[in-house]
Amino acid sequence: MSATAERVSIWPTGAWSAAVKGLRRVVREPLGLVGLILVALVTVSAIGADWFAPYDATEINVRNRMLWPSLEHLLGTDQLGRDLFSRVLYGGRIALEVALISIGLAVVIGLALGMLAGFGPRWLDAVLIFAFDTVRSFPTIMFALAVVTLVGPSLETIMLIVVVTQIPVYARVVRTQTLALKGSEFIMAARVMGVGTLRIMTVHLLPNVIGPLLILASMDIPFVVTIEAGLSFLGMGVRPPTPSWGSILNDGYSFISNTPWPVLAGGIPLILTTLGFTFLGETLRDTFDPKLRRIIE
Amino acid sequence: MALLEVENLRVRFRVKGAVKSLVERDPDPFIDAVLNVSFTLEGGRTFGLVGESGCGKTTLARAIVGLLQAQRGTVRFSGQELLGLTDRQARPLRRQIAMMFQDPVGSLSPRLTVRSIITEPFKVHEPGRQDLEDDLQRLLSMVGLSPEFAARYPHQLSGGQARRVGVARALALNPKLIIADEPTAGLDVSVQGDILSLLARLQDDLGMAMLIISHNLHVVRHVTDRIGIMYLGRFVEQGRTEEVFAHPRHPYTHALLSANPKPDPDAVRDQVELLGEVPSLLARPAGCEFHTRCPFVSATCRTVAPNTIRLEGAHLFSCHHPRVASPDRAVLTGRG
Repeated sequence: MSATAERVSIWPTGAWSAAVKGLRRVVREPLGLVGLILVALVTVSAIGADWFAPYDATEINVRNRMLWPSLEHLLGTDQLGRDLFSRVLYGGRIALEVALISIGLAVVIGLALGMLAGFGPRWLDAVLIFAFDTVRSFPTIMFALAVVTLVGPSLETIMLIVVVTQIPVYARVVRTQTLALKGSEFIMAARVMGVGTLRIMTVHLLPNVIGPLLILASMDIPFVVTIEAGLSFLGMGVRPPTPSWGSILNDGYSFISNTPWPVLAGGIPLILTTLGFTFLGETLRDTFDPKLRRIIE
Repeated sequence: MALLEVENLRVRFRVKGAVKSLVERDPDPFIDAVLNVSFTLEGGRTFGLVGESGCGKTTLARAIVGLLQAQRGTVRFSGQELLGLTDRQARPLRRQIAMMFQDPVGSLSPRLTVRSIITEPFKVHEPGRQDLEDDLQRLLSMVGLSPEFAARYPHQLSGGQARRVGVARALALNPKLIIADEPTAGLDVSVQGDILSLLARLQDDLGMAMLIISHNLHVVRHVTDRIGIMYLGRFVEQGRTEEVFAHPRHPYTHALLSANPKPDPDAVRDQVELLGEVPSLLARPAGCEFHTRCPFVSATCRTVAPNTIRLEGAHLFSCHHPRVASPDRAVLTGRG
């Protein structure tokens, strides 16, 4: 090896190497590794559903109804002869879509409202906290059923429900962090320097509150996946014939005396996804921010 | 015209909520953290604020820069009133007054690099400026840090290095006044000396005035021109630094100086030892507020508040029984 060339990293000492180091620590934990593999599996299959699915997920073929698994139909078929493997792939795509979009929206809005409550005037804080408490006082599933009854079932309704119920969760965490940082010397230093409120919030507060929030949000993905599946199971979520793990489960439940496969095909991916995201989220939390455990629990 | 004139400044804090004070029939649910404080600071000079923990030094500094609201009094900077300004009105003044906080690391934004921290004043007050790198390098070398510190984060700095970054940030816009709250807090003794001589050298070069808050008399003695001794939110004595150190009039000042260890173990001084603890701000003693701890207390002290007496050289103190012997002279007579 020549000793002449000096290695120069193009990355700043912060972000990238920290991410790689963090990932290594996550993978070293058995649960983290399992979680990561499961999450990767679900994500890849959801993104690549168009290529992996051997059949159209909504194509009805009554002659092939309730088949057992075979090379032709990897997971068998349901009561309408639809290929379960294809339906599971597309169902996963819907589940992830709902989870990522709605949690993403809730994180952005919760972040803004939380910082506003923590940093703004007292009365605004009181108003926002009252609103958060009101929303959170409804059990999520009851609130969801009520909204679906009012607005009618659709993918957007599910997302709306998730956004509305999750905003208070994120906003509260952000508000607490903001309040804790508000009186710290670096914020006072910024104020004395003449830094405006907007810049204080975005440059000085945001980087210090976003880490725990993202970990918290990643731990909520399984929760949202089950909400979507639950509502679809009750027939109040995704409209048929669009596949969803919840509606696959419901179909299988109605015909469970004829064939066990639809229930397994809908249930096992749901369980694995939920476990995968939970394992990954918990490992992320423990490696990056052990303090967060106390805030949440 | 003095650079900074503070007159009869009073800062009070509410200690009970509106409802609780109503229920308990407490007509005065406030404490005065700073009470009728007046002093002036000339441009290019240094004023030291001295006192025990909780005496109101930091509160006074924060009220001057508007972080806390003062209830009464005036603070004039170059003749302009600072109290009651809106954020927008205060903005042009903010570049002329810089403040350094107690915690060297905690006063730097934890997720920003030293580069971003030191150049932030320019971004705020001179938006759109491009050539910040030159200023960054100039400021880093001014405080004795090498250029590679620009890429570090605050948690990667030692206390002394973080303090230097804080000094560089304070100097960025060439302020006329720097307020330093315990600039040596949390630093090793050798580093304390470095930071103090750095500040003194920079003051010689740049000519800014400084308001230094400290409970450390060594710090104050070597870098300040005038000092004010605070007790329970009031000035009990103020004057030129050498004069106050040589001839302290107030027993409290005398006691603080006696408590300061001298390197000569054989030195005999007329020591003043304080009695008891600092009283609560919730129940200020009647008469002279220092009487509960004063070894020279008399009946008058318990009932009558002393007037402020003015000696030449604007040496002010409030005491019925001022000390006349100087601690240094006492050392000499003790030996002879």
